[in-house]
Order: sequence, then structure tokens, then C-alpha cells
Amino acid sequence: MNLEFAALALILVFPAAGVLFNLFLGPRLGRGAVNLVGPGVMFLCFAVATWAFVTLMRLPAGSALFCPLWRWLEAGSFHVELGLKVDALSGVMVMVVSGVGAFIHLYSVGYMAHDDDYARYFSYLNLFALSMLILVLADNLVMMFVGWEGVGLCSYLLIGFWYANPQFAYNGRKAFIVNRIGDAGFLLGIFTLLSALAHHGVWSLNFADLQKHAGLIGSGAATATGLLLFMGATGKSAQIPLYVWLPDAMVGPTPVSALIHAATMVTAGVYMVARLNFLYMLAPDAMAVVATIGALTAFFAGTIAIVQPDIKRVLAYSTVSQLGYMFLGVGSGAFSAGIFHLMTHAFFKGLLFLCAGSVIHALEGEQDMNKMGALRTRLPVTFWSMLIATLAICAVPGFSGYFSKDSILEGAYESGHFWLWLLGAITAGITCFYMFRLLFMTFFGESRVEPGKLHHLHESPAIMTIPLVVLAFFATIGGWVELPVGLLWGDAFTRFLAPVVGDFKPAVVASPAMLSALATGLSGIGILLAYVCYLRLPGVPQLVAARFKGLYQLLLEKYRIDELYDLLVTRPLFFISDQILNKGIDQLVIDGTANRAGLAVESSGEAVRRVEDGNVQHYAFVYLLGVIGIVAYYVYLVMH
Amino acid sequence: MVQLSWLMALSAAIFAIGVAGFLIRRNILVMFMSIELMLNAVNLAFISLGSRLGTMDGQTIVFFVMTVAAAEAAVGLAIIISIFRNRETVHADDLTLLRW
Repeated sequence: MNLEFAALALILVFPAAGVLFNLFLGPRLGRGAVNLVGPGVMFLCFAVATWAFVTLMRLPAGSALFCPLWRWLEAGSFHVELGLKVDALSGVMVMVVSGVGAFIHLYSVGYMAHDDDYARYFSYLNLFALSMLILVLADNLVMMFVGWEGVGLCSYLLIGFWYANPQFAYNGRKAFIVNRIGDAGFLLGIFTLLSALAHHGVWSLNFADLQKHAGLIGSGAATATGLLLFMGATGKSAQIPLYVWLPDAMVGPTPVSALIHAATMVTAGVYMVARLNFLYMLAPDAMAVVATIGALTAFFAGTIAIVQPDIKRVLAYSTVSQLGYMFLGVGSGAFSAGIFHLMTHAFFKGLLFLCAGSVIHALEGEQDMNKMGALRTRLPVTFWSMLIATLAICAVPGFSGYFSKDSILEGAYESGHFWLWLLGAITAGITCFYMFRLLFMTFFGESRVEPGKLHHLHESPAIMTIPLVVLAFFATIGGWVELPVGLLWGDAFTRFLAPVVGDFKPAVVASPAMLSALATGLSGIGILLAYVCYLRLPGVPQLVAARFKGLYQLLLEKYRIDELYDLLVTRPLFFISDQILNKGIDQLVIDGTANRAGLAVESSGEAVRRVEDGNVQHYAFVYLLGVIGIVAYYVYLVMH
Repeated sequence: MVQLSWLMALSAAIFAIGVAGFLIRRNILVMFMSIELMLNAVNLAFISLGSRLGTMDGQTIVFFVMTVAAAEAAVGLAIIISIFRNRETVHADDLTLLRW
């Protein structure tokens, strides 16, 4: 049942109003007004989203709320009708984006309290929320792409928020350019899809139309479209091979890392794959690629996170790794599991970043975990929140991450991807190791804080700790919406999403309890190892690092992927751009032509102007010669 | 009655003197007088041909030419006096301000 629900537009209007207010009036009205409006519009937005979500829940399963806007593009038979739609899938997304977003906005008030550029910060943050909501509310692929590009822009603006530092500005550009590569694929995917359908007279990119006519798309076109769109997803959601921007994006303000680079924007790719599940189901090859890339990324990024000393970098690689899990889920056909992990991840990873931000705030910008330690008693709220988030990401039974990670691994195993499942399970152990390493290095052991910073080490203000507590609450219970079948409400989340993303059809029968026990066992080993290495025997890590020096260096330098890309892509590109395009084509051919033409006019003018000597009698003489010439010509004509 | 060809020859001769004077003499006052010579040579040709053809056209045009010549003489002389006051010369070779 579809219900028209005009208030959906309000979800976009509030952040849009926030952008305009903060951008134009914010600097004039001052910090108080910005601090009120910036988070305020997000809470209003969250309220409307909740209203819509509750309305949706009351409708029968498979219903959707929609709000048609206006006709946007028109080109021959092709036209794009803008419209908003909330079904089960986008409903979950809207709740996550506006809810987590609202609390991170609130947290930002405290985090940015000492920054003079607060108005610009909040206008960017509101703009991000607006773009992200456009992305998830869009009822067609073109509008989704608008949001997709919008969040990319905001990501760039906020990574380079402190643009006075050239390295930060560089990292912003890096993120933007890497995303552009992915987005080119996304756009090509849209074109491929449109041309495949246009052959059969379907000129629409509306999701409902696409789903209705999915049968018309050939398997070849479906595979091509799926892979091209997934290329966009690898950029936005930081998967191999385009993940390199995300760790560098950590130079932005920490709430930005929490909101954009952990909780919401980077999950856009997962949402896109789940949204186009009918298309991916037609292309098993594309699905296999998605799952494989996901599992490989999860493992690969997890191993890098083990040795990183920077607290935010560990979390960044952890995000890449968790996004890999989500793609493993959706790639295995377990779309609801992927979205489920997306939701729980938004809670616990957003929380992890906010806690890290609280620590960094307390230590005046220190991010090196080697200069932390024993903060447990000094930052109690932060510590307990971080502990909960760590338990959640480590999939400790009862916490949210346990349910979502388990359903992904179960989906991977049951879809027949044994090796990918194994990789995922091992990654679960690695995740526990590096997360507890982070926790132990930061909050336990001996204090390695620089003496100058010790005396005013303090817990963050309430405006920052309240979001921590709220998110900690959700990081704990967020997974309870999906319980083992038969227990209480059972797999409510899967049943809720099933009308949109379809049912998962297992290819291999497995015992969920066995799989869960295995993964949990591996997680336990990871936690135990971290405990031994970083609490009981603090000398062990150095010993291991010294023993396997090559491997340690390789991990510390992130497999030197950045260097590889530099060698394979950046340098040839710069070489071609500079030597051939700049010096060859631009300077030699184009500038040369223009300069020569100018020079020719100038030198010929220089020669010819000598004729003008200013003496009127000379002019008269030449004039006379002309007259004689003309007369002679006519005389000649008359004579003959 | 004087033959037309004589009159035309006289007109051409005066005109040639005017042209030569304009081209050869360096004093702009004299060059100016040469222009007047050329104008009157043309007037003579108009009158002669008009009388020969028995129409009024030639004489009409001559009146126009004389009017224009009078105006031109006034303006031209004013310019020459002004030049002389500023530059203290009326020598054409010295008045080449518009050269390259």
C-alpha cells in the first residue's frame, strides 16, 4: 500500500534551512544562534523522520510513503520525476542518518567550542545531512546520484575544513579525486542501465519502474551495470581498490569522521547495492565480485589497523574493514544482513569516533596512542562508552555488532562462499585484537601522556557526553531487533526489510549456532591476544615487531599501496599532464599558435607603419598617383 | 566665341598648376592657395560645359563650390594661424605630428 505523505519534504527542508541560516546569518548572529540552529534543524528532521517511520510501521508490510516533487529533466522520451519515498529500506536509513546525525551535530557544539569557524562548520554539516537524506529518500537513480555527489562534496569540504594546513587540503583533494573515479563508474552504470532498458521502450530510472521491468535487462547488461555501479560504491564506501582516501580523511574534525566517514556517507554504497538488489540478483557474477571485494577489503584493512599508532587511523581502517563486511553481506545476497550491520555499525562506529574525539579533545589534539594510556579514571564516561562500542564492534554476544556480524557471516557461508566466510571469520578475530589494543593503549596501562597536558586533563562537557551515552545505549540494544528465529520477536528486522530486498535463499545448509560459536571463538582469541600483548606482557609487541621487522614495516606503511598508486597512476598522470599536455600541447601548440599569430601581426604592422610619415604632401602625391591610375584605367577601357 | 577646347585646356592647366603647387611648395599657406586654384579650375570647367550644353546645372554647382570654398578658406586660414601661433612655422615638413 502506498500512502502519499507530504511531510517527507520537511525532512529535506529543515537541513536546507539550516544550511542557508548558518551560511548567511550564522557569522553575524554569532555562536549561540548557530549552536541552536545547527543541531536544532537535525532534531526537527529526526522528529519528522520518526513520524514517517512510525506511520510506515503501522501500514501493512511492503508499504511505502511517497511524496512526488516535480518533473526535473526532460529529453525526448526520457524524463526524471523527482520524488521522495520511504519504504522499509530507506526508512531504516533515514532513521539512522537523521538520528545519529542529530546527536553528532549536538556533540559538535562541544567539540567545535574553541573553533572560530563554527558557522561554516555547521553549514557544511547541515549540507551533508541534506545531501545524504536526498540520497536515501530519492525514488530514482538520478536523484540518488545528486545526493551521492552532494555527500562527496561535503566530505571534501569537511576533510579540508582546516584548509590552512596544506596537508589537510591535499587530503581533501585526494578524497575528492578518488571519489570522482568511482563516480565516473557510477554514471556509466546509470547510462548502461538506461540504454539497456530504452531498447525495450522503458525510459525511466525510477526504482519502482526499474524493479518492474528488471526482467527486460539482459544478464550481460545487468552484470555490466552492477559492476559499474559497484565501482562507484568502491569509491564512496572505501573498498579495494579505491579505499585509499578514507584513512587520509581523518584529518577533518572528529565529529565529521564519525558522521561522514563512519556512520553515514561511506555506507551509501551498501545502501545502493541493497536498493538495486533486483538488479544484482540478475547478475550473480557481479554479486560474487561484490562479496569477494568486500571480504578481501575487510581482511586487508583489518591487518593494517593492527599496527597503526594513530587512534583515528585505527578506527578509519576499522571502518574500511567493517564496510567490507557489509559488502560481503549484500554480495552474498543477504541484503538485510548488510543493512543491519550498516545500522549497528552507524551506532558503534559513530560512538567510537566520538569517544576518540573526546579523548583527542581532552589531550588537546593528541592522536598518537603511544602518548595516551591510563585515561580510564580521568575520562570515565568516555571510557565506558568506548568499552561498550568496542564490545559491540567485537561482536561480543548481546551487543549489537554480534547480531549483525553473525547474520553477515551466516549469509556468506550459506550462500556457498566458504573461503569468503573463513576470511570474514578470521577478520572478526583481527578486529577484536586491534580494537582491544586501542582500548588498552588508550585507557589502561601506564600513563604516557605528555606532562604538560596532564594537569588539565578533564572529561568532556555534558553536551559531548550526552551523545556518547545515547549512542552507547543504541550500540548495546541496536542489534536486538534481529534475534535468532524463534526467540521473542525473532528475525523482525529481516522480515521488515524482506518486501524491499527480497528473501535470502541459502545454497548451503548450516547451523547458525555452530557458525556463531566459531566466529565468537575467534573473537575471543583476538581479545585474549590483545590482553596478553598490551596489558599482561607489554614487551611482547616490540619483540614481535622486531622479530618480523619486514612484515611490521609493511603493515605500518599500509602495504605501501599509496606508493604503488603514486608510481602507477599519479606519476604517469603528472608526467603526461606536464610533459605532453602542458609543455607539448598547451605551451608549444596552443600558446605557440597564439603567440606567433600575435607576433606576425605586430611585426607586419611594424613594417607597414613606416609608410605613415605624417607629411601631408607625401599623402597627396600618392593620392595623385592613385587618381592618375584610375583615370588611366578608364582611358584604357575607352580606347579599347 | 572661344572654343570649348581652349577653355578646357585652360582649366586643366590651372588645375595642374594647383596640383603641382600643392605637391611642391612647402609653405602651407601657399599649398592652401593651390587648393583654391584647383577649385577655380574646376569651376571654370563647370561653367564652360554648362554654357556649352545650355543648362543651368553647371552654374548651380559653381555657386555651391564657391560657398564651400569660402567656408573652407575661413576654417583653413584659422587653422593655419593657430598652427603658426603654436609652432611658429608654416613649413609642411615640420608639421608631421601624425607620423608613426
